[in-house]
Amino acid sequence: MTTIDVAESAESTALHGFWTRSRKVGTVLAVLGIAVFLIGLTMTAGAEASVRFNLTLPEAAAAFPAKPVVLTLGAVAVLLGALLLTGRVHLPFGLTVGVAVAAVVLALLIWAIARPGNTLQIDTVLKGTMLLALPLIFGSLSGVLCERSGIINVGIEGQFLAGAFTGALAGTVTGSPWVGILAATVAGALVTFVLAALAIRYVVDQVVLGVVLNLLVLGLTGFLFDRIMKDNESATNLAMRVPEWQIPILSDIPAIGPALFGQNVFVYLALVLVALVYVMLFHTRWGLRTRAVGEHPVAADTVGIKVNSLRFRNVLIAGLVSGLGGAFLTIGEALPFSENMTDGKGFIALAVLIVGRWNPIGGLLGALLFGFAMQIEQFLSSVPGGSPVPSEFLAMLPYLVTIVAVAGLIGRVRAPAADGKPYTKA
Amino acid sequence: MANDHIDLTVEPGEIHALLGENGAGKSTLMNMLYGLITPDEGEIVIGRPDAADPDGELVDTVHRFQSPGDALDAGLGMVHQHFMLVPVFTVAENVILGRETSKGRTGLLDRDSARAAVREVSERYGLWVDPDALVEELPVGVQQRVEIIKALISDCELLILDEPTAVLTPQEINELLDIMRQLRDDGKSIVFISHKLKEVKAIADRITVIRRGKVVGETSPTASESELAAMMVGRDVRLTVEKEPASPDTPVLEISDLTVADDRGTHAVDGLSLTVRSGEIVGVAGVQGNGQTELAEAIMALAPTIGGTIRIAGDDMAHAKTHEIIEAGVGYIPEDRSLDGLVRDFTIAENLILNRYNRPPYARRGVLNAAEIQRRAADNIETFDVRTQSADHTAASLSGGNQQKVIVAREFSRPLKLLIAAQPTRGVDVGAMEFIHSRIVAERDSGAGVLVISSELDEVLALADRVAVMYDGKIIAEVSPDTPRDEIGLLMAGSTGDDEEAAGD
Repeated sequence: MTTIDVAESAESTALHGFWTRSRKVGTVLAVLGIAVFLIGLTMTAGAEASVRFNLTLPEAAAAFPAKPVVLTLGAVAVLLGALLLTGRVHLPFGLTVGVAVAAVVLALLIWAIARPGNTLQIDTVLKGTMLLALPLIFGSLSGVLCERSGIINVGIEGQFLAGAFTGALAGTVTGSPWVGILAATVAGALVTFVLAALAIRYVVDQVVLGVVLNLLVLGLTGFLFDRIMKDNESATNLAMRVPEWQIPILSDIPAIGPALFGQNVFVYLALVLVALVYVMLFHTRWGLRTRAVGEHPVAADTVGIKVNSLRFRNVLIAGLVSGLGGAFLTIGEALPFSENMTDGKGFIALAVLIVGRWNPIGGLLGALLFGFAMQIEQFLSSVPGGSPVPSEFLAMLPYLVTIVAVAGLIGRVRAPAADGKPYTKA
Repeated sequence: MANDHIDLTVEPGEIHALLGENGAGKSTLMNMLYGLITPDEGEIVIGRPDAADPDGELVDTVHRFQSPGDALDAGLGMVHQHFMLVPVFTVAENVILGRETSKGRTGLLDRDSARAAVREVSERYGLWVDPDALVEELPVGVQQRVEIIKALISDCELLILDEPTAVLTPQEINELLDIMRQLRDDGKSIVFISHKLKEVKAIADRITVIRRGKVVGETSPTASESELAAMMVGRDVRLTVEKEPASPDTPVLEISDLTVADDRGTHAVDGLSLTVRSGEIVGVAGVQGNGQTELAEAIMALAPTIGGTIRIAGDDMAHAKTHEIIEAGVGYIPEDRSLDGLVRDFTIAENLILNRYNRPPYARRGVLNAAEIQRRAADNIETFDVRTQSADHTAASLSGGNQQKVIVAREFSRPLKLLIAAQPTRGVDVGAMEFIHSRIVAERDSGAGVLVISSELDEVLALADRVAVMYDGKIIAEVSPDTPRDEIGLLMAGSTGDDEEAAGD
């Protein structure tokens, strides 16, 4: 996979001095591990943490003695951090970091819930993770489509809002969520049409344009919500619902089954789109040309590729995808539209795009990471008896994850070379 | 006006050289031919064999290219001066871009046939390159080869080569000229754009000279180099550098066992030792990508060194900062003037004081002295013959040659102990080249030591009192500039005297 396994074997000590990337990350992990270990020492000895893997199978549950587990997990993190730090043993960087981070996260979770009566329901957490990640997956895919062809799409937030609004309206009016979803994709594409037209035809600065489009759509949907929806909710703004499809057998897999195979159509659409865009981007003519246009438009032009029309087309397709993300916020979540309901998800999708290195699969993993952080925040703030961590810190968690992910896991990121640079002939 | 009513006719199976100074409008003309620029007036007529009757008369069609796609369809192929390659793609991906084939009905890219096509062309013309190599990891010379393969693979009738030899070794140039002859004998037409008189004379069947956007004459390769140069520049130029024998004195630059890593961590400079004395010009000859860039940057402390010592005027400077080196009296003409030599969006006046902006008389207590800066600029523009309307224009508005003169003016208007000149006349026209060379010699005569690093062997041989041949991060030989070119060419390709016979066959 592309996100984590950046072995960067060429990164020699000679080039970077003592503090190579794996030494830095190793130090951070070791410090985190020590912190976890110290936290574990403060715990009372008898506490237990029960973990349940599957809602439908109540017997698939286990109770761990919390203190030794936390101490062990802390020690694992310290050990892996130390190994990276010394650089003596050659470990696969991505895997090592992944295991160490997972150990730290799990230890903190167990510490936080280790009180009688509390249960960590793995399957619910994972299912929630998937749902929270979903708009980010659509958003980052939209970003991939735009930015791989050289247009910066800061307007994902606006496309989400337009899709959410139009989806709720069209779905309610026609009585069919499917029509709503279709209308939402068209609405998203309409917003990116404006982006494409102004950015490509009139060479407006793309970042400024994206911000302005976000504000425009925010104002427009707010205005229309006031005028059309507010006084007549039942005819214009109902909570639409699409059925959940349980895939036989697969949805019964403990822990991950419900998250991946017992969801509504949006989850399946997202997963299929990730795979589709990945294959298209790296293994088809369209993908090769799209990447060429985003990296070196002049070179693409000299071999007869119509740079601006390809960019235009891709930006429109991106709008369809982010419109779908918007539709999920209303129809997929079975919620009516409310003003500014996207709440910054479009911007987090941009961060996901970067964390995922402008790669659909990277975007999927990044979105899951964010989804997980948000899910943990929700889960811990609702633990009976209160979480030992102040809620303000929990609210920071997703953003903390952003910083750690961008700085530590990803290493050097490189945007498409011509990203945001309009192509005009001399 | 970049091009003013130019008429040019290329016959089938001929190599037609287009000769002109930088900024004369050669590239503009070719970009119009290639559909990158649409002409305001005039027409392009292309004759191709009739599909029904391949051996009959050529059928003429009038074209007006709106895009390079049109030009490709009309049978034109172009090797651009600035490579048209996507750096993050492999060689094969670059070559098939724009004419991709798919595997069956799956719609997936057929990379295997792309590789095969690259291998076939590279074998046929001896242009060896790994189809799976990433272009950004290839040396510039090999990237050039990819460009040529890209043009050859598309079955073009007319091949336009825009300054193709700039990055090649003498041997590679000879190979390229052979390839061009082979293509000509295949019946293809070639337009060869160059400002290098030797190559033009060696290869062309006909020569068209353009100056300031107009055709100033058509001639044959029998014309002498000085005739061609005079047509190109519009006045008589001296093609050789006139200089007295050198009188080397004390060492000003002593490098021993220097090792520098490049961005990828390999040792670009690998245990190199070299001495430059005051009052002499040492020329470093070598094919681009053999560590010359890193050598210059290491001397200027722009690249971190791994090992070895650098002594400048007797002081150990291996761990000095760049500004300390500049203050020690070292002048530096960087290889890439628009990237490292100038701030493109600054005015000419500002660019002229970049190495002394923070000290009197140009600044007092942190405030710039505009009057003094302007005086300096006016003075420099006059002495160094920078062609501009005003010192307040941006550096980006100047032509390449004039940009280079600004750098030379900045570096040369203070007393120097050592001058590092990397590619001092790259992309500079004959007139400006003559001027810059004479200033470098003048700098030597006033007692500075000069290190000239150039991939133009002619330049090294003309300027240097001593030639150091660099290969694979090391100086593999030091020879006199009177050494035959062939011999130096072999050294540049890495063969030392011992295995010369092995390399000869």
